[in-house]
Amino acid sequence: MSVEDLNPREREGVIHPEVRAGHDESERAPDGRRLQHAEAASKPIRAPQTREPQPRGAKIRGDRPINQSEAAERFLAAPLHQAAHDERLWDLRKKRDASAHGVPEWEELRELASQIKTHTLSHLDRYLEQFEAAAKANGVHVHWAKDGADHNRIVLEILRSHGAKTLVKSKSMLTEECGFRHHMAANGIEVIETDLGERIQQLDNEEPSHVVAPAVHKTRMDVAEVFAKTLGTDPDNDDAHYLAESQRETTRPYILKADAGMTGCNFAIAETGTVVTCTNEGNADLSGNVPPLQIHSIGIEKIVPKVEHLGVFIRLLSRSALGSPITQYTSHFRAPRAGTEMHMVLVDNGRSERLGMEEFWTSLKCIRCGACMNTCPVYRRSGGLSYGATYSGPIGLIIDPTFNKRKYSTLPFSSTMNGSCTNVCPVKINIHEQIFAWRKVLVEEHQIPALKQGMMKAAGAVLSRPAAYRAAIGAADSALKVLPRFAVYNPLNTWGKKREMPDAPRQTFHAWYKQNRMKDTGR
Amino acid sequence: MSARDAILDGIRRNRPAGDFPLPEVPLFTPLVGEDLVVEFGERLQRMGGRVAEPGAGDVFAGVRERLDAAKVVASAVPELTGNRDLRGVRAPQEVEDVDVAVVRAVFGIAETGSVLFTQDQLIVNAVGYLAQHLVVLLDPADIVPNVQAAYRRPEFGRSAYAVLHTGPSATADIEGVLIHGAQGVRSLTVLLLPRGAAGRG
Repeated sequence: MSVEDLNPREREGVIHPEVRAGHDESERAPDGRRLQHAEAASKPIRAPQTREPQPRGAKIRGDRPINQSEAAERFLAAPLHQAAHDERLWDLRKKRDASAHGVPEWEELRELASQIKTHTLSHLDRYLEQFEAAAKANGVHVHWAKDGADHNRIVLEILRSHGAKTLVKSKSMLTEECGFRHHMAANGIEVIETDLGERIQQLDNEEPSHVVAPAVHKTRMDVAEVFAKTLGTDPDNDDAHYLAESQRETTRPYILKADAGMTGCNFAIAETGTVVTCTNEGNADLSGNVPPLQIHSIGIEKIVPKVEHLGVFIRLLSRSALGSPITQYTSHFRAPRAGTEMHMVLVDNGRSERLGMEEFWTSLKCIRCGACMNTCPVYRRSGGLSYGATYSGPIGLIIDPTFNKRKYSTLPFSSTMNGSCTNVCPVKINIHEQIFAWRKVLVEEHQIPALKQGMMKAAGAVLSRPAAYRAAIGAADSALKVLPRFAVYNPLNTWGKKREMPDAPRQTFHAWYKQNRMKDTGR
Repeated sequence: MSARDAILDGIRRNRPAGDFPLPEVPLFTPLVGEDLVVEFGERLQRMGGRVAEPGAGDVFAGVRERLDAAKVVASAVPELTGNRDLRGVRAPQEVEDVDVAVVRAVFGIAETGSVLFTQDQLIVNAVGYLAQHLVVLLDPADIVPNVQAAYRRPEFGRSAYAVLHTGPSATADIEGVLIHGAQGVRSLTVLLLPRGAAGRG
C-alpha cells in the first residue's frame, strides 16, 4: 500500500509522518518474515467489518454476588466479539506453547520459580525488612500500606506535599485493586494511563479485562469509537496504526508535563531494594524517568531475594504471557535520579491474611502473566469483564474470594475444571485444585445459591459411589446417542451452549476394561 | 501500631510453617549456538530491532541515512558528535525533540537480543524513550549467552537505573496488530562496533 492509497484523513492530524507511509498489517523483518513479539498475532486477527456493539461487563450491585454467567451470556450473544476474543487469546496460548517448547529446561524453571516463591513467602517478613533497609540506604522513601485506602492516602499525601496535580502511570493491577484512579479523581489529581490498552479502558470508563492486554475484549471499531469521542480522532478510521499513533501523540504531552510518575512492580529485589517493571511499550520507563517525582506501588508478594533469581522469572514471564522471550523493556529502578525523589509504597491489601490460608496461600506466587486466562475456555468465551472483579479468569477465581467472599462467591464455579490453567502456570500454582477447594468452602459457608448447592449435592452423591457414577455415565452416553437435538441443546444444558457435544463412545472405558481385561486375568 | 508493624506482625502470624530452602539457580546450557554475534542479531531482529555492521570508511555508514534525516541528534558516545549535548540537560523533558539518540550498551544478551544500559550510558535516562529512534553501539565481545548469565553481572546491584532494551517499543493492544513506536522509540538499531575502534565522527 502506498501513501496515495490512504484515506486523505489518514494523512493528516496527529499521525506522525513516519506512520503515514504504508504499512504491513503485522510488521515484518527486513527479510520479509513476520515478527513474533509483543503479543502480536502471527496473522492479524481482524474482527469483520460489521459493527457490533461491545457487550459490557457484569453488573456490580454492592456486595451482592456477581452474576458471571449472565454477563457471559451477553458476551456470547455478541458473536463477533466472542470469536475475535477467543481467537486472539488462543493465539497467545499457542505462542506460549511454542516458546516454552523452545526452552529445554522449561519444567525446571517452573519448579525453581515455584520454590523461590515458596521460600520467599515463608520468610516474607525477613525479606521485606531487607528490602526496606536496602531501599532506604539507596535514598528511597519507603511507605507501608495496610489496604487500598491506605495506599491511596499515602500517595495523595506525597503528591500534595509536592504540590503535584498531574500523574502519569503505567498499568498496574495493584492500583486497580486499590481503586486508585477514582480516588485521585475525587481529590482533584489528574491521572493519565500510559499503556495503550489501559488508556483505552480509562477513556471508556471500563476496568481492564485482562492482566496483560486490558482492552483485548474490544474490536478496533470499538477503539475507534472511544477515541473519536474522547481524543477527537476520525470515527471512520479504525486502522490500528492510526489509533495507536493517536494515543501516542495525545499522551506524550501529559508525560512531559506531569508532576509525578507512577509504576507498578513486577519484581522487587530484597537484596538491592530494586523495583523491576516489564513492559513492551516503554511506558513504565517513561513514567519512572521523566516526571520529577516517582512513585512505585508494590504488592508485598512481589519480593524475590536476589538479582540472580530474576533470571528465572524474566525467562518465564513474557514467554508465558505472550510467547516472546522477554518484554521489549525490563527496567530496574534502584535509586532516585539526581535532584528528584523516589517513593516506594509496600501494599498488603489482604495479602498477609491470605498467607495464613492453608489451601490458598500459594496463589500469592502469581506473577500476573495471564497464561491461565489465555488457556481457559470459560475466560476466552465470556470475556474478562464478565467476572466483575479486578482479577478475572482462573487466577481471579481463587484470588477474588479472598477479597470478598460474598461478592465473588459465584466465581469459582465459572470453570470447567479442565486443569489447563494449572498446566501453563509458570510458578506452578495448583489453580484448578484451589478452585475446587473454594467451591467446598463456599458451599459449607452457604455463600452459593440454592440451585448450585443442589447440583453439587447430586454430583457429590453420584461421584462418591462408583456404581452410581458408572450407571450415570452409561445413561448419559446412551442418552446423547438417542436424544433428539432439541433435548440436548436446550437452555437447561449449559454444556450444549455454543458448542457441539462430543460423540458418545460406543462403550465406556470401564465397561471395555471389564469385558476385555478383567476377564483375561480371571478377576 | 504502625501499618509497617501491623503488616509484619500479620505475616509472622500467618507465614506458612516448614523449611523451604532457597534453591540454587544454575546458569543452564545456553539456548544459543557458539556464534553469539549471529545469534544476538537474529533474536534482536525477531524482536523488531536491526543490526548494522560498521562501514569501512565511515563506521556509521549503516545508520547514516537515519542520522542525516535527523534534525536533533543526541550522542552519548565519544565516537559521534551530535548536536544536542546530553551532559548539559537539566530536566529530562528537554530531550523530547531528539530524533536520534546514540548510546553504547554495557553488554548484549544472545538469548533474547537485548542490550543493557545504566544511567551512565544514557546520561539522561529519558532519552532512551523520548527519542524517536535509538542507535546502540555494542562491542561484539560484550555479548553474554543468556539471561541467567546477564543477571550475574554487577551492574544490576550498583546502578541507580539499569534497563534491558530488546528492540523498539511495541504494542499489540488493538486486535493483536503489531505496532512499533508505542510510547518509546520507533526503531532500534544496534551497530556492532568494538569499544575504542573509531575516532570522533
